[in-house]
Amino acid sequence: MRDVAIIGIGMTKFGELWEKSLRDLAVEAALKCLADAGTDRIDSITIGCMTGGLFNGQEHLASLIPDYLGRRNTPAVRVESACASGGMAVRAAFMEVASGMSDYVLALGVEKMNDVSGDLATAALATAADGDYEAFHGINFPGLYALMARAHMEKYGTTREQLALVAVKNHRNGALNPHSQFPMEITVDTVLKSAGVADPLCLFDCSPVTDGAAAVLLTTVDEAKKLGKQPLVVISGIGAATDTIALSQRKDILKLEAIELAAQRALKMAGKTIKDIQFAEVHDCFTIAEIMVIEALGIVEPGQGGPATAAGLTALDGKFPINPSGGLKSKGHPVGATGVAQICEAVTQLRRQAGKRQIKNAKTALTQNMGGSGGSCVIHILEAK
Amino acid sequence: MEVAKHWRETPERYRLEAGKCSKCGKISFPGRLICPECGYREFVIHKLSGKGKLDTFTIIRTAPSGFEDLAPYAVGIVELEDGIKILGQITDCDPETLKTGDKLVAKFRRINEDGKTGMIYYAYKFVPDVGI
Ligand SMILES: [Zn+2]
Repeated sequence: MRDVAIIGIGMTKFGELWEKSLRDLAVEAALKCLADAGTDRIDSITIGCMTGGLFNGQEHLASLIPDYLGRRNTPAVRVESACASGGMAVRAAFMEVASGMSDYVLALGVEKMNDVSGDLATAALATAADGDYEAFHGINFPGLYALMARAHMEKYGTTREQLALVAVKNHRNGALNPHSQFPMEITVDTVLKSAGVADPLCLFDCSPVTDGAAAVLLTTVDEAKKLGKQPLVVISGIGAATDTIALSQRKDILKLEAIELAAQRALKMAGKTIKDIQFAEVHDCFTIAEIMVIEALGIVEPGQGGPATAAGLTALDGKFPINPSGGLKSKGHPVGATGVAQICEAVTQLRRQAGKRQIKNAKTALTQNMGGSGGSCVIHILEAK
Repeated sequence: MEVAKHWRETPERYRLEAGKCSKCGKISFPGRLICPECGYREFVIHKLSGKGKLDTFTIIRTAPSGFEDLAPYAVGIVELEDGIKILGQITDCDPETLKTGDKLVAKFRRINEDGKTGMIYYAYKFVPDVGI
């Protein structure tokens, strides 16, 4: 396998972008990425998108996006793994470069969610659950994560305030990120007094419906050195794993096995342990998700995610910053773009270009992107060389 | 939803039929072609008792489309006597009084319908098990 570097990153603003279409968003992110990379070369394109079909009545992004990017004839493929589609697209691009199949691969994530009403957007997202045995019974994703939240609270004593503090922390970070959909600070009260969605979760425990796109350009480390990229950001480990699609079929619904396994695989490939990582972008689709993910990653012991968050461990100036970008909660969650956007943030931090949200001494980062209620997961380890 | 899509699931939804692995005895609901425990591919039909206790639950306040009229309603994961867990709505009780560990039993109920003139979808919901 060839070593792989990230030489370009680009993102649209995340939000309700009424004037921009699915294709506009994809092209904007790609052009920003190429400008950042300082090259126009793309040999192949991987596209992460959960469901252009349900959100926009548009599939076949493998033709649409190269066409509108002015790259007619370039090979492209869409990669789908629900909310992990973006991270999986980066993994596919990595494999293409590492294998020697292509030298310059653009991994692009995009989701245009506001072309349908909120009801239809929620229904589209619910297709990532078990359609016949979960969604059929009237449960959606806030509900599935609420089942985990109640179990976590009852088993470990995690409190409602600790859940809220995840959102408070991520909004504090997101307020420093120009790409954020909701760049405002909030308080514990904002969360607790927001509308009830699925007990114990409220509206401000949930990531929003978002339009946005993000792109990264991958090439070999040798090519990146020829281009004089400094600091050089490499992908030193990738791990992916899956779990049951139905939450009820897990032996323990508090054990995110796909996340544990993906992390072990990524860290092993990079020759690292979690102690070698300085910060992480994780999939906080709901506040409880961030708590359970930092436990599954081994950053804290099982059950300690809530107290650790309350103690400031995961704050921007804490010992292990989580979601310096603002996470899905504040930055926004255009599902197919999320996994790519996490990597854009990690690269920004590793290049020391994060401005007011810059983490000191950031050399090694982890990004964790998952689909559904943890039915699929992909984790990347990035290093500044 | 299409008629065939619902009809296909009626053994599970109407009669709580699960598959029991002929080799290791693992019960799968819904049934599968391959045992997730041992990989064996032969099963016998196992009718679930429908009785169990509430493992975890939520009260849906912002309902998905088609369920708005029901809200607020409870959905939970129930650990059945058969040793497996299944997800379903919990009804015939005040959702605010539910507690994990409550004894529940599956009953045949109306879940949803395709508009005013479309198909009506029936399946199991859980109700408090008062021994009737
Ligand atoms: Zn078996």
